[in-house]
Amino acid sequence: MDEKDLELLRILEENSRLSADEISIMTKLSTADVESRVHALEAAQVIKRYSTVINWERAGNGEVSAVIELKVSPERDYGYDRIAERLSRFRQVKTLRLMTGTYDLQLVVTGKNMQEVSRFVSEHVAPMDRIRETATHIIMKSYKENGHTLFEQQEAERLPYSF
Amino acid sequence: MRNFVSERANKIPPSGIRKFFDLALSMDNVISLGVGEPDFRTPWNICESSIYSIEQGNTSYTSNKGLPSLRDALSWYLGQHYNLPYTSSDEIIITSGVSEGLDIAIRSVIDPGDEVAIAQPSYVSYAPCVTLSGGRPVPVRCTEEDHFKLNPDALQEQITPKTKALIINFPNNPTGAVMNGSDLKAIADIVIDKDILLISDEVYAELTYEGTHVAAATVSDLWERTITLNGFSKAYAMTGWRVGYLCAPKELCDAALKIHQYIMLCAPVMGQVGALEALRSAEEDKNSMVNEYRLRRNMFVAGLNRIGLTCHVPEGAFYAFPSVKETGLSEVEFAERLLKEQKVAVVPGSVFGDGGEDHLRCAYAVSRKDLTEALGRMETFISGL
Repeated sequence: MDEKDLELLRILEENSRLSADEISIMTKLSTADVESRVHALEAAQVIKRYSTVINWERAGNGEVSAVIELKVSPERDYGYDRIAERLSRFRQVKTLRLMTGTYDLQLVVTGKNMQEVSRFVSEHVAPMDRIRETATHIIMKSYKENGHTLFEQQEAERLPYSF
Repeated sequence: MRNFVSERANKIPPSGIRKFFDLALSMDNVISLGVGEPDFRTPWNICESSIYSIEQGNTSYTSNKGLPSLRDALSWYLGQHYNLPYTSSDEIIITSGVSEGLDIAIRSVIDPGDEVAIAQPSYVSYAPCVTLSGGRPVPVRCTEEDHFKLNPDALQEQITPKTKALIINFPNNPTGAVMNGSDLKAIADIVIDKDILLISDEVYAELTYEGTHVAAATVSDLWERTITLNGFSKAYAMTGWRVGYLCAPKELCDAALKIHQYIMLCAPVMGQVGALEALRSAEEDKNSMVNEYRLRRNMFVAGLNRIGLTCHVPEGAFYAFPSVKETGLSEVEFAERLLKEQKVAVVPGSVFGDGGEDHLRCAYAVSRKDLTEALGRMETFISGL
C-alpha cells in the first residue's frame, strides 16, 4: 500500500464508476497500472465492493431504518464475535458494530415499515441468547450518509470572471 | 465644472475584459473557466469558529498588525512549512487580502520615477499599483519556451539604474508556472548584485503539485531584501474573507504598517478569527482540495492537448495556459467567439500583460463534470473553425 494506492482509494470512494482510462489520465499512472492496483486492492479485500449512495427518502419507497443498541453478555473464548456474526447474517441488518460505552453492539436495521422493524427486533433480535437489553431508535431523517450530504445546498454565487 | 478625476486615476487603463463580463452575465448555461477563485466552500470548521466569535461579541478593531494569536500561529506555520523566520511581533502584518498587502508593499518602497520590474504575464493589479505610486512598471516577459519561468537574462535586460524593485508571483497566475530553488537562485544573484528589492506574491504556494514550494526569501541572502505576500484565499477557499499577510524584515514592515494603519486600520476581525482556525484545524481540508485540483489539472491539461490547444503542464495554482496559435485566431477573438458560440468563458492571456498574447487562461477550479463539458464544447468550437 503506497501513496498511489491511497489516491486510487480516495478517487474510487468518491466515484467508483470512473473508468481505468479516466483514472489513468487524472493520476498519471498507466491504465494497466491502475487496473493491476485496483485488482490487488480488491484481492486484499481493501476494496470490499462498489456501491451507490442512494437517498431512499427521495426514492419514495417508504423504508424505515432504525439504530438498535444491544447490551450483550460476552461468551467465554469468543467474546462478542459469535453473536455478532449471527446477527449480521440477517438481511435486515445493514450495519453492525461493537462499541465502547453504555451498550455493546450497534445495529442499523432497515425494513419496509415500522411494523416490520419492530417485529424483527422483538422476534429475532431480543430473544437471542446473551442479549440482555435492546433500545430501538427509529431514524426520522438522514442528513448525511458516508460523507455525502443528502439535503439540497444552494449554489454559492460566483462572478463569471475574476482575476 | 472641472474634470475632477486625477491624472493618476486617468493613467490606469480600464479592464480589458469588461465587455466579456457583461456578455457572460447576460447568457444562461455558461461554463466559466474565467474564475480566479476556488469552487469549494470555506471548510465549515473555519466558518463555524468565525460565527461563534461574532456571537461572543468579538466585533471590534484588532491591533493594526492583526490579532497577536494569528500572527503567532502564522510565524510558527511559515517557519515549519517554508523555513521562513518571520517574528510575530515585528515582521508580520495581517492585511485585507494580498491585494492590500501588494498595495502597501509598493507604496512603502516606491517613489515617483522609480522603475519596478514585473515578471509577466502577471496578476492584473501589479502594474496599476506601481503606477498609482508614481512608479513606472517595466514588464519582463516570461515565455512559453521557458515554461513561463522568469528568465534571468530577460530580467537583466530590463534593469536600469532606476530599477528599485522586482515583483514576482510563483506559482503564477495566469500561467501556473513554478520557480524551484535553482531557478530562484539565478534571479537572486541579479537582485542582490543590482541591489534591488524583491516583492514575492506567494498566494498560490500551497497549490504546488510537483515537489514543495520554495519561498523566495529563503534563497541566498534574499531575506533582508524581500517582502513576502501571502494569504488564505486560495489554499483555504476563503476569497471573500479578505485575509492576507505581508512579511518583511522589521524596517520594511514598519514602513508598510504606517500606510496600513491609515488606509485599513486592520483586517476584518471575523476574517482573522477564521484564518486562525484555518491554521489550527483545516490542514486536512486544504490537502484534499489541493489533491482534487491536481487530479483536475491532469485531466484538463491532457484534454486541452488532445483537442489541439497545446499546453505545458502547470506545476502550481489552478490555471492552465494553453496556446491558440494553431487555430489561427487571436486570443481575444478565440475567447469572444468561444463564449458566444459555445458558452465557455475563458480569459484572453493578453489581459495579463506581456507574454500572454496567443494564450488563454483557463481556471480549472470547477467541478470535473463541468471541465469535461467545457472540453467537449471547446472541441466542437475548434472543429468548426
